[in-house]
Amino acid sequence: MTRPRGGFLRTAVDTEKGTPLRNDAGRRGCHGQPRLGDEVAEESGDRLAALDRASRERIRVPNVHPRPYDFEMSGELPTDGPAVEVVDLVKRYPKSPVNAVDGVSFSVPAGEVFGLLGPNGAGKTTTVGMLTTRVRPSDGHALVGGVDVVGDPVGARKQVAVVPQRSNLDRSISIRDNLVFHAAYHGVPARERLERADELLDQFGLLDRSGDKPDFFSGGQSQRVMIARALMHAPRVLFLDEPTTGLDPAARLFVWDRLRELRESDVTLILTTHDMDEAALLADRVAIMDHGRLLALDTPEALIDSLEGEGTLELAADLPADGAVLEALAGLSGVAHVEPVQMHTENGEAPPPADSQPLRVRLYLTGDAALLVAPAAAVLSEHGLALQDVKLGTPTLEDVFIDLTGRTLR
Amino acid sequence: MSAVAAPWVDRATEWRAFRAVLHRDLYVTWRELPAFLAQVILQPLFLLFVFGKVLGSLDLTRPGYADLLFPGLLALTSVLTAMQTLAFPLVAEFGWTKEIEDRLMAPMPTAFVAAEKVLFAIVRSFVATLIMLPVGVLILGSIPWRWSGLPLFVAGLFLGALVGAGFGLLMGTLVQPQRINLLFSLVFTPLLFTGCSQYPWPSLARLRWFQVVTAANPMTYVSESLRGALVPSVPHIPPWICLLVLVFAICVLMTVGVKGFYRRAID
Repeated sequence: MTRPRGGFLRTAVDTEKGTPLRNDAGRRGCHGQPRLGDEVAEESGDRLAALDRASRERIRVPNVHPRPYDFEMSGELPTDGPAVEVVDLVKRYPKSPVNAVDGVSFSVPAGEVFGLLGPNGAGKTTTVGMLTTRVRPSDGHALVGGVDVVGDPVGARKQVAVVPQRSNLDRSISIRDNLVFHAAYHGVPARERLERADELLDQFGLLDRSGDKPDFFSGGQSQRVMIARALMHAPRVLFLDEPTTGLDPAARLFVWDRLRELRESDVTLILTTHDMDEAALLADRVAIMDHGRLLALDTPEALIDSLEGEGTLELAADLPADGAVLEALAGLSGVAHVEPVQMHTENGEAPPPADSQPLRVRLYLTGDAALLVAPAAAVLSEHGLALQDVKLGTPTLEDVFIDLTGRTLR
Repeated sequence: MSAVAAPWVDRATEWRAFRAVLHRDLYVTWRELPAFLAQVILQPLFLLFVFGKVLGSLDLTRPGYADLLFPGLLALTSVLTAMQTLAFPLVAEFGWTKEIEDRLMAPMPTAFVAAEKVLFAIVRSFVATLIMLPVGVLILGSIPWRWSGLPLFVAGLFLGALVGAGFGLLMGTLVQPQRINLLFSLVFTPLLFTGCSQYPWPSLARLRWFQVVTAANPMTYVSESLRGALVPSVPHIPPWICLLVLVFAICVLMTVGVKGFYRRAID
């Protein structure tokens, strides 16, 4: 089955959500974010900044930066060179006809936040598994902090910490003991590990619960404990596997805040996610994975810029219109594609025929959306229509994924 | 800064990690001591009480039966405690709690994680068996004891703990979490009753087929070696055969068990 690339998601989201039309408007609903005031500004401006503003208004989070470690984990190791280097990495499971990871190569400089973005089953977790010595590569090689994960797994384990998708906290001991024993496994001196445990528990808002066992913790709290635990031994590279999947919006924002604080420290973050907001918000660079292969790798901005269209412009008029209007809009310079948008009724009844509704169209643009508002309004008024509403949109990482694969992320 | 490596960054880190994991296990055991004691002592205690005391008081067993039963129950405690210490936590940790992941990510070889489990199982097995000595005195009034049998006694207990740990490693990495109940019915119960803890092996000559069955259970050789150490007057398998079979069984169980452990630890 063939379908126009990109077009599918847009219409699908429109129909499913019945929200005004932009594909990411529907997604915002999923995340439980409030609709923010100035829509045009938000839609055309930095949506993530707005999201961030909202998060800080909703949850008061002290802005704590981890103090430098008093101890040096990696003194014996080269301090320059990439934090992670992967060359032609392959993982083939015995009974599977296809490779779970199929010749992936990338390099992550120290201090970077690197996002592996892709749908479930793309091979992200397997890639992280190989980098953290828990999955044996079938081919290729991987270095973490300059250490070969196959040749010297113990050396590699000194370099990394892992925050898994599901809680693997030690249920027999308190969360404070979880942190302290983890540090002991990694040889952190006794006094240092006690101090550091309290410090991290404080940063992660868990100090008052430090004596509780993990069984009593929610998903978001467990996630925080696991990130705190991972930081106990001052890893060079911190792997986070779907760090906010399944968390409620408040917990997600809290985790995002903590992770953004970590950018200020030296630790290299590698996070896997199928959430493009998370990738765009946190990652310096994003690798897009699908079917075990790396499809693209760049900064979120550059990936989005690589799309042909620069943005979308959505117009609503006061009256129904015929095909002539659509043709005229499509004829404007800078318009790649015009798509009428159907509104859903609130109670789920079948919508009235499109030509009896006031006109609503989305223009996919090759140029700057703002420059097309006036020409489009002029076209409408030539046909006796008045412009009622305008929404400017920018493409997202999801659009990049759709462009690369023809499928949505979820 | 990179030249000034902290003193704790070296190969000793691996052993430190090993000790820290062992410390964690001992710490948890210490904090859950009553539960640990109940888990390991209750079963042999009841067996001892019913078979050694109650049946004896009712004249349903011959005089002296308690003396041959007691070493057998020590063997049972030794093997089963080590096995339980490994099997159940391993099934849970690999199956659903995933707790073991943090230890597998510690800076030490994967084999160390398995070795720590085995060592911890031996420690718990020793503690449980030693507690049985005063318990035995309390219930039976006196227990058979020979200082000259001490080396064989210790060797028997040690190999018994290792056999139990080997079984535990095997079961813990083979059994699927949803089948954990089967572990009880298909493994524990047969082991418990075919290990010659309640009867000396040579006396089974009258029940030849069962004697063959029991010869296949490594626990039999633990029971028999402890009888050889504490009550040599009771007919028993010669100690050297017992120790030889046990060493062989341990080699097989550990090889397969560690292989299973690696399979679960690394994809």
